[in-house]
Amino acid sequence: MNVVRTKDLLENFNLALVAGKDGIHREITTSDISRPGIEMTGYFKYYPAERLQLIGKTEMAYFLELSEEEQKDRAERLCTDVTPGIVISRGMEIPQTMIDAANRSAVPILHSPRKTTRVISRLTNYLELKFAPFTAIHGVLVDVYGVGVLITGQSGVGKSETALELVKRGHRLVADDSVEIRQEDYDTLIGNAPELIEHLLEIRGIGIINVMKLFGVGAVRNYKKISFIANLESWDEKKQYDRLGLDEQSMKIMDVSLPMITIPVRPGRNLAVIVEVAAMNFRMKKMGVNAAEEFSQRLTDMIEHGKEEEE
Amino acid sequence: MTEKTFTITADTGVHARPATLLVNKAGQYESEVEISYNGKKVNLKSIMGVMSLGIPKGAQITISAEGTDEEEAIKGIEEVIKEHLGE
Repeated sequence: MNVVRTKDLLENFNLALVAGKDGIHREITTSDISRPGIEMTGYFKYYPAERLQLIGKTEMAYFLELSEEEQKDRAERLCTDVTPGIVISRGMEIPQTMIDAANRSAVPILHSPRKTTRVISRLTNYLELKFAPFTAIHGVLVDVYGVGVLITGQSGVGKSETALELVKRGHRLVADDSVEIRQEDYDTLIGNAPELIEHLLEIRGIGIINVMKLFGVGAVRNYKKISFIANLESWDEKKQYDRLGLDEQSMKIMDVSLPMITIPVRPGRNLAVIVEVAAMNFRMKKMGVNAAEEFSQRLTDMIEHGKEEEE
Repeated sequence: MTEKTFTITADTGVHARPATLLVNKAGQYESEVEISYNGKKVNLKSIMGVMSLGIPKGAQITISAEGTDEEEAIKGIEEVIKEHLGE
């Protein structure tokens, strides 16, 4: 699990540390950001102390109108033991009462020259990414015509070989064998390779090859949104495979349900072409054309028509 | 499910060659075999997955197996680990 500390914000954003230097190793535990406006009035009942606090123009203007006593009180109550930091936007001047309180309780005050809304959105994006749910899956991720296809299946079924053939046909490898997946938002899965094995592919009989060096930079991608799953399995005589494409299978990874197709593997079947066509078919469905449904409709029309002629 | 935890004592950690030995051994069994290290879990039958963990000397790893021959699998893998990697 990723641990985010206040100092990570300092390194990644244009922020200056003004006070509370001792607290820069504080841990940020949530991606939510709080704007302590109501707290400035002295109402701390629901103060979300564990969140990053952001003080914009409104909060600051109100704070400055308070008497010195009140300022001290509010600043002290804002700086709790668990507060990871206070961000002050628009490069506004920071009152001494706030700086003193922050130094006393070691809550870092970070200064940003940017507008409040901009700061919120950038911090939220950064934190959401860091806190995104994360998992690793055994499979191969390729970008086929811009569609992210996650190829899964038992060890030795031919996932890497399929990926190699796809790369040879001009598609792109994202990750071989082990795909790290993070969930962004509630409906998007992004896959990438673990750093150590990025751009590498393992082919039985050859060993490890570097796809980027062999095929060029156009043959790889660093990350890709996963659109569907192609599950390879050894051909089972007794199992019924999808012949029409009218029913859709799906598989759930974290909270996201992805469409899945099962491709039976048998010597002589060119899996790369099948995956390629599946990707094209997927794109076409997205664009509103469903071959299986169209055919089904045509068949219905024909049968209805035949009935009428008989009557 | 059968599980066992080991400590890696080999100086090079789980480097490419010992990783291959582990993966080949795991591949002999029907069961699903997984290795976890540092909160990450990968299929022990996948060489790239195992190497992507970059397991150093001194690391604690857990091997888990699930399936009809899970106990044999753990036993077999234990032998490989004891011989080449740790305890």
